[in-house]
Amino acid sequence: MELTTSLGLIVPELVLAVSGLIMLLFAAWGGNEASKPVSIACCVALGGAFALVAPSVCGGYSGPGTLAFYGQLRIDAFAGFAKLMIYASAGAALVVAPRYFDRLNAMKPEFAVLVIFSALGMSIMVSAADLISLYIGLELTSLASYVLASFLRDDDKSAEAGLKYFVLGALASGILLFGSSLIYGFTGSTSFAGISAGMAGGLSGGMLFGLIFVMAGLAFKISAVPFHMWTPDVYEGAPTPVTMFFASAPKVAAVALLARVSLEAFGSQPDAWQQIVTFAAIASIVVGALGAIGQENLKRLLAFSSINNVGFILIGLATATVAGASSMLLYLVFYVAMTVGSFVALLMLTDAEGKPLETFADIKGLSTTRPALAWCLLLIMFSLAGIPPLMGFYGKLVVFQAAVEADLIALAAIGIAASVIGAFYYLKFIKVMFFDEAVDRVQGKADKAQWALLALATLAISPFAWLLTGWLASLADGAAAALFFAA
Amino acid sequence: MSGVPILSLMLLVPLLGAVACFFAEAKLARTIALVATLVNLALGIAMWASFDVGGAQWQFTERADLFGSFQWALGIDGIALMLIMLSVFLMPICILASASIEKRVGEYMAAFLFMEVLMVGTFAAQDLFLFYIFFEAGLIPMYLIIGIWGGADRIYASYKFFLYTLLGSVLMFIAMLWMVNVAGTSDIPTLMQYDFPVDAQTWLWLAFFASFAVKMPMWPVHTWLPAAHVQAPTAGSVILAGVLLKLGGYGFIRFSLPMFPEASAQLAWLVFALSMVAVVVTSLIALVQHDMKKLIAYSSVAHMAIVTAGLFAFNVQGLEGAMIVMLSHGLVSGALFLCVGVIYDRLHTREIDRYGGLSINMPKYALFFLLFTMASIGLPGTSGFVGEFLSLAGIYQASSWVAFVCTTGIILGAAYMLYLYRRVAFGEQKNADAAAMPDLSVREWVMLGPIAAAVLWMGVYPESFMAPMRADIAALDARLASARPEGDARLWIGEPAPVVEEEAHGGAH
Repeated sequence: MELTTSLGLIVPELVLAVSGLIMLLFAAWGGNEASKPVSIACCVALGGAFALVAPSVCGGYSGPGTLAFYGQLRIDAFAGFAKLMIYASAGAALVVAPRYFDRLNAMKPEFAVLVIFSALGMSIMVSAADLISLYIGLELTSLASYVLASFLRDDDKSAEAGLKYFVLGALASGILLFGSSLIYGFTGSTSFAGISAGMAGGLSGGMLFGLIFVMAGLAFKISAVPFHMWTPDVYEGAPTPVTMFFASAPKVAAVALLARVSLEAFGSQPDAWQQIVTFAAIASIVVGALGAIGQENLKRLLAFSSINNVGFILIGLATATVAGASSMLLYLVFYVAMTVGSFVALLMLTDAEGKPLETFADIKGLSTTRPALAWCLLLIMFSLAGIPPLMGFYGKLVVFQAAVEADLIALAAIGIAASVIGAFYYLKFIKVMFFDEAVDRVQGKADKAQWALLALATLAISPFAWLLTGWLASLADGAAAALFFAA
Repeated sequence: MSGVPILSLMLLVPLLGAVACFFAEAKLARTIALVATLVNLALGIAMWASFDVGGAQWQFTERADLFGSFQWALGIDGIALMLIMLSVFLMPICILASASIEKRVGEYMAAFLFMEVLMVGTFAAQDLFLFYIFFEAGLIPMYLIIGIWGGADRIYASYKFFLYTLLGSVLMFIAMLWMVNVAGTSDIPTLMQYDFPVDAQTWLWLAFFASFAVKMPMWPVHTWLPAAHVQAPTAGSVILAGVLLKLGGYGFIRFSLPMFPEASAQLAWLVFALSMVAVVVTSLIALVQHDMKKLIAYSSVAHMAIVTAGLFAFNVQGLEGAMIVMLSHGLVSGALFLCVGVIYDRLHTREIDRYGGLSINMPKYALFFLLFTMASIGLPGTSGFVGEFLSLAGIYQASSWVAFVCTTGIILGAAYMLYLYRRVAFGEQKNADAAAMPDLSVREWVMLGPIAAAVLWMGVYPESFMAPMRADIAALDARLASARPEGDARLWIGEPAPVVEEEAHGGAH
């Protein structure tokens, strides 16, 4: 009985796992010609999983009925909300990838399969209710990601990115495992509920060590300062569609996982980790903003921008309130839209032979040669800078609102003042595209799928989306409430 | 009129116009922009005509639950009405003044119309977050206007403008979040009546001050203004001086004073001190400028300092005077920038020395320029006099020393403006190319004529403009009454003189 219920709960994951395995077989026998059908099939699988998860979010599922496999997984609205974002961004990566790899003759069907497995791992991550399932999900995601980063085998930079990601990722996993073992040793449980109960009586030195190691391991995965060093190199070296994937889906998953671990497993001792998160938040905002200023490479710049954004998301976590968790989810929604939009725009910047252009010098005066693309980028950049009426501002609004409600006024004031530094390099983007003389290097044609994605992302961050905020906020509140129901 | 959502319409018309201009050809875009702004002006006049003076404080209110955490809430009182009128009045003139723009006309017009949406929205918003969105979003079109269509040093100016104002506003944003959290509502009329704890008021006041002082701009955070003005195209300068600077004053009168009366009283010394410095220092700086736009920009800072001092005088004359100075300065400095634009279009330089003796070859131009110069100085019969006299009378009641120092601003104002006028319009025609410039065209007549009429109207019969605001200013004065004595104890010098009060009333009517 338990098994049937559990299997019923994880149908979306089953869909992904089974289709991933089947596609792997296809890929093994079909060769490179199978790339296109495999990609399409994987998109369909992701779409199916998306549709299957949606009801749990709309219904705000929470409570004991969401536990599967004797408390290993928790399939609640919070996990569902994160999964929707993960599947959407994985799907976006699949849509834009073939064109990029085709030019290099590097398109292989394994790409789509790896993305699917990575998404599956992320599903497990965000649903994890136990340190064991947490680790399984995390490693499944990471292993797939390492391969994806070095997907262009002949390219030195891509190989370097993969290697760096692997070495540092393995180290982070090791730290996380060490922390987990300490926590297990001192609380006697691997389940989040058990850990929370074990910590309720007080925090011993061993537990504190374990907690710090677990937080450090997870901070690496979300690339929060001071565990952010790998991000610019990996983002720059990895193929652009993969970078887009890294900047969106795994980030959502790791943030959701961090929230679940902090609020469920360590929920009885919020004071112990709030300081850590607060520090990481402010450090990420400042380092992300300052680091981006000197960058000439657009991918590196967006890497720093993602570090900067993680800082704002962590402010929501630092509150340790329902409103804070809800604000993180809302911020993530628009962060994903902005990230996908900016990377799709980046993919559309190619010269006449289709070679990607990645520096500021290449996009000078883009607004006169490619007005539509430049205006979309302008909206996305102002949105990233958090200027109203664009939706990036809404993300900041909810996060800072949660911080102020939780009486973290100093954190909010410092965070928002530092965001002005960030505005500087987003403005540089606009300055280069709109104020400088045109160089007309961007010659390549973009396909319809790219335009559609860019238009969709721009629409999502445009002022029209304000009309959706009421509905989105209620969904996010339901999801956050589910998280706290469990805790 | 109750059935027509006129404020939403006034936002919708320029918004649609902006979208249309964005995709239109240059010539069509000019027409669309002119029509849209004229329609908005007509709507504004209709609104003023149906505004019930002495009726409800908030009129034309609209409420719609469109967003999750806040409302689409619009509505105006007399103060907002006057500032909206100023915006919609200046907009068609700005569009006409943009004839010399030839680069990317559609986008230019779209940016201006979008700017109009945001300005009207800022004055009409009745929800704190809605206000912030309109207030802050103005950065986007202005950044583009300066950066794309500006002068040689436009990039530095656009960055400076953007980052200065952004840094000021984000602190206000945190203060707003705190207020909404404590008061449990983001409705501005409710918040205006809400009594925040006195110790928190100081922090909130400072956060709002950071934003409005930059926007105003007050000394020493005014340095973005000359840079932005000099580099912006003519119409950009007009909007910047005419309306955007008023956002700071509007912010003080709508937020800082009614929401934090005690903090305002406690910190009035700060405002007075900065205003006194500004009046003297920026006037002296204006005196030595060689660039006409820079000179007028510095004179704006000096005039705005009289506004801030008048606002924090905590009495009816000071508040009314500050409002009239704002309206008058909106017209006069806008017109002065247009005057600079007229000759800049002909000779492509703003160097004062390159002109001279223009009254010989451009008599009509010299007449208009003289009128606006005098209005800027504050000659009786022009709008400048009414505002400056009233606000100085109000300031005198609060502190005679502040009034004394601020009055030197008028004298210095006369000095730099007359000096400017002498060098440009009088004297020898020492530059042949300047002497060959033709007089005003019909288009320029149409631009300057209405402003001149408005300036004289406001100077001769200011009651038209003061009547709608009277009840709101009285309400604000009553709201401030409880805090006033605490402030006055330190600020009052010598015996309160009832004679002054009589004089002040005499000036008002």
